[in-house]
Amino acid sequence: MNQHAARPQSSPKPKPGRSAPKAGWRQLAETATSALRRPFAKATRRRTPIVPPDNVAGRAMVLVIAIMTFLSCLTLGAVTLVRDTAATWQTQIAREATIQIKPDENLDIDAALQKAREIAGEFSGVLQATIVDNEATARLLEPWLGTGLDMEELPVPRLVIVTIDPREKPDFESMRARLSQEVPSANLDDHRTWVDRLVAMARTTVTIGLSVLSLMLVATALTVIFATRGAMSGNGHVIEVLHFVGAEAPYIARQFRRHFLLAGMRGAAAGGLAAIIVFVLFSWWSARNVATPEADQASALFGNFAIGMSGYMGVGLIVCVIAILTAATSQFTVISYLKRIET
Amino acid sequence: MIRLENVGLRYGMGPEVLRDISLNIPERSFQFLSGPSGTGKTTLLRLLFMSLKPTRGLITIFGKDRARITREELPHIRRRIGVVFQDFRLLDHLTTYENVALPLRVRGREEASYRNDVTDLLKWVGLGDRMHVLPPVLSGGEKQRAAIARALIEQPRILLADEPTGNVDPQLARRLLRLLIELNRMGTAVVIATHDIGLMDQVDARRLVLSGGRLDVYE
Repeated sequence: MNQHAARPQSSPKPKPGRSAPKAGWRQLAETATSALRRPFAKATRRRTPIVPPDNVAGRAMVLVIAIMTFLSCLTLGAVTLVRDTAATWQTQIAREATIQIKPDENLDIDAALQKAREIAGEFSGVLQATIVDNEATARLLEPWLGTGLDMEELPVPRLVIVTIDPREKPDFESMRARLSQEVPSANLDDHRTWVDRLVAMARTTVTIGLSVLSLMLVATALTVIFATRGAMSGNGHVIEVLHFVGAEAPYIARQFRRHFLLAGMRGAAAGGLAAIIVFVLFSWWSARNVATPEADQASALFGNFAIGMSGYMGVGLIVCVIAILTAATSQFTVISYLKRIET
Repeated sequence: MIRLENVGLRYGMGPEVLRDISLNIPERSFQFLSGPSGTGKTTLLRLLFMSLKPTRGLITIFGKDRARITREELPHIRRRIGVVFQDFRLLDHLTTYENVALPLRVRGREEASYRNDVTDLLKWVGLGDRMHVLPPVLSGGEKQRAAIARALIEQPRILLADEPTGNVDPQLARRLLRLLIELNRMGTAVVIATHDIGLMDQVDARRLVLSGGRLDVYE
């Protein structure tokens, strides 16, 4: 640097031929030890990142991202469960039709039931037709009429359960026509009214769920943006110094983008993992409480709380999107800040 | 090296802060930029550092018209200009060594390629034994020397110092001044913005005096 300034003193070198035989092993050990320490010393002296470690605002940002990701993933999981359950409802209720035969003084009810079953079985798309016997009929009426029911004394309609192949629905109109000809007292109920109502309800439920999910995702995005800008606001001085020492704008943006991508990923991964744990716990609880009233009610609405591969992939997608959004926000903020300080 | 011709600058629609500034800063020159507080010394330095654009007039920096310098070219030209701020502007989470090495690090240079240069420079400014401490631990004078070292590490052609002795005691101010004079002898042009008359009286150098937005040059 300066010809007139004192040159740095070089380290004193050992004079040759001074090592004694007895100290040879010790010297060798010391040399080996210091040689071993040297790479570790270099390895531990890592360069400090240019972007300062997280301050209070930065840690708050990570926490907020984790919470919003958790809520978004919960919402996604709930919507997935409702959608899958609604699809199951539709499939299950569309799998059966009922032939109802009212009793009559002049009617041999058992023969009528057999005839109705045979007719139903002849149509393609019918997997099987089963007569509901007296004991089963009594069990159906038990919640209303109690036990010990004598079916012979009550004019209770008898049922034939027709199981349908959901892929190939039978011609109900033709079946109805044939039944009215050959078993006049029979009435075919294909549950169409109920199916239509259920489909409408299921679609409405899924639509509401998707709307809630959309709102959740928008709220999450806005929260991530504002939290990131808040965390960035404490780093204005770093951006200025980098700018003044001649760092190019893409370099500055890259440093912050990397920092905030990792921070966003940390928060989002924590939130996503917490949501997955909640689903696993619910699924475990559901499995342990099978056949209890609470489990029956819950499983009627949400199935068995198994969100399936699509749910897990959705969680992964939300985590990635939030991390990318955090990085993109920091990039945009850096570029805006640089434009402001450089007129 | 840097030439200003009838340069004027105003902020927004307000009055001109600087008006009709004509100035030439040659290679290897040494000058003080003085004037009362609020006369525009920092503004003029920001013009020289290309942090501001003039509202009128012509600025030529290293032979290039300031108005034609693109955003992509700015960092490359800026590397030839060293800047020392009154408030030091060291990064508190980086050590003294890392602060001084920062201009080289942002270029993408490997640490091994500049370690010796940074170490030698720190020793030259008297911070050889303070290399691995954080700025909050440094005294005001040490911080200013670290800031000067950071401004010099890329061997700029010109050093702009904004009140470099503003936050230090008179004795240390004299030491810093000698450091800057030594730097000038080694070939770097120096512009020191200061309102300290006592400091200026210690050196026989050109004085650029700002008053009422206008500049008077005293050789």
